[in-house]
Amino acid sequence: MPKLKLDDLKKIKEQVLKDTSLRTGGATAKVTVHMGTCGIASGARQVMDALMDEVSQSDRQDIAVTTSGCIGLCSEEPIVTVELLNEEAIRYHFVDPNKMRQIFKRHILEGEVQDEFVMAKGSEHSN
Amino acid sequence: MLELSLHILDVVENALNAGASLIEIELEKDTARDILRLKISDNGSGIPKEMLSRVTDPFYTTRTTRRVGLGLSLLSQAAEQTGGSFKIDSVHGSGTKLVAEFGLSHIDRAPLGDMLGTLMSLIVGRPEVDIMYTQKIGSNEFVLDTREIKDELEGVSLSNPEVIKFLRKNLQEGLAELGSI
Ligand SMILES: Nc1ncnc2c1ncn2[C@@H]1O[C@H](COP(=O)(O)OP(=O)(O)O)[C@@H](O)[C@H]1O
Ligand SMILES: [Mg+2]
Repeated sequence: MPKLKLDDLKKIKEQVLKDTSLRTGGATAKVTVHMGTCGIASGARQVMDALMDEVSQSDRQDIAVTTSGCIGLCSEEPIVTVELLNEEAIRYHFVDPNKMRQIFKRHILEGEVQDEFVMAKGSEHSN
Repeated sequence: MLELSLHILDVVENALNAGASLIEIELEKDTARDILRLKISDNGSGIPKEMLSRVTDPFYTTRTTRRVGLGLSLLSQAAEQTGGSFKIDSVHGSGTKLVAEFGLSHIDRAPLGDMLGTLMSLIVGRPEVDIMYTQKIGSNEFVLDTREIKDELEGVSLSNPEVIKFLRKNLQEGLAELGSI
């Protein structure tokens, strides 16, 4: 029967704990992919996939990737919210895997908001 | 939804909205009886009895953000169009369990699709919830229990680059070794 190799996971943990004890730790970026029925039907899982792929290729351990439920803006899905430490939250709409990769590289890694895909900023959020 | 794995992601979303902390998903390919069986149970807030018969009605939803609820009606339709069945049972206050059976070789059965993507999205995207996933083919099975993974990680984030790589690789290998659905 196929089984997870938990020993490998232990090695990863030990390495991470060793690395982060030298730094302050904690997440400085949180990226949320909204996963309601409409989001899922319009490609939110593929967006999440692209996001996880970008994170795994970066060596950034301070990015938290999360999903959350429907926010009632079905016609603009997939929707992604990016929150960087000490910055206003940015919500992007009609995201696809390529846009997600661009948002990751330019906004999350380099701090440059991708205005062309922005739906709302900070207090403009309806939710 | 074009893939069963997307229905699974969507239906699990209901359980998350209901405050579940543990969600068990079982997918079984029963070639002898030509059935593909999906079971999902959660320990969320459950559905009151008087509402249970209406949850597969597309015009029934308790959400306030949109007036139609689609998830369960789409899944029950997807099952019934293959000569299968859909059942949902719930105890208000303690949880919900659904079983969908599909005609395995039926021409209208949606493919499973990217189950790896669905699992990765749930495990990484919802670190506060535990998922137990069992995939059975004949007498072989693959079991993934996020409680085991979290115990091993001792607080290291599931969004950690190395952890994501580990999960993807191991799940992919485990599911491939088991065989396709
Ligand atoms: N696992 C569950 N636990 C509690 N309530 C549920 C569950 N699944 C479905 N429901 C109830 O059934 C309703 C219909 O679900 P669904 O068809 O997925 O539509 P939607 O999620 O868009 O409302 C939900 O609004 C919710 O009240
Ligand atoms: Mg739903």
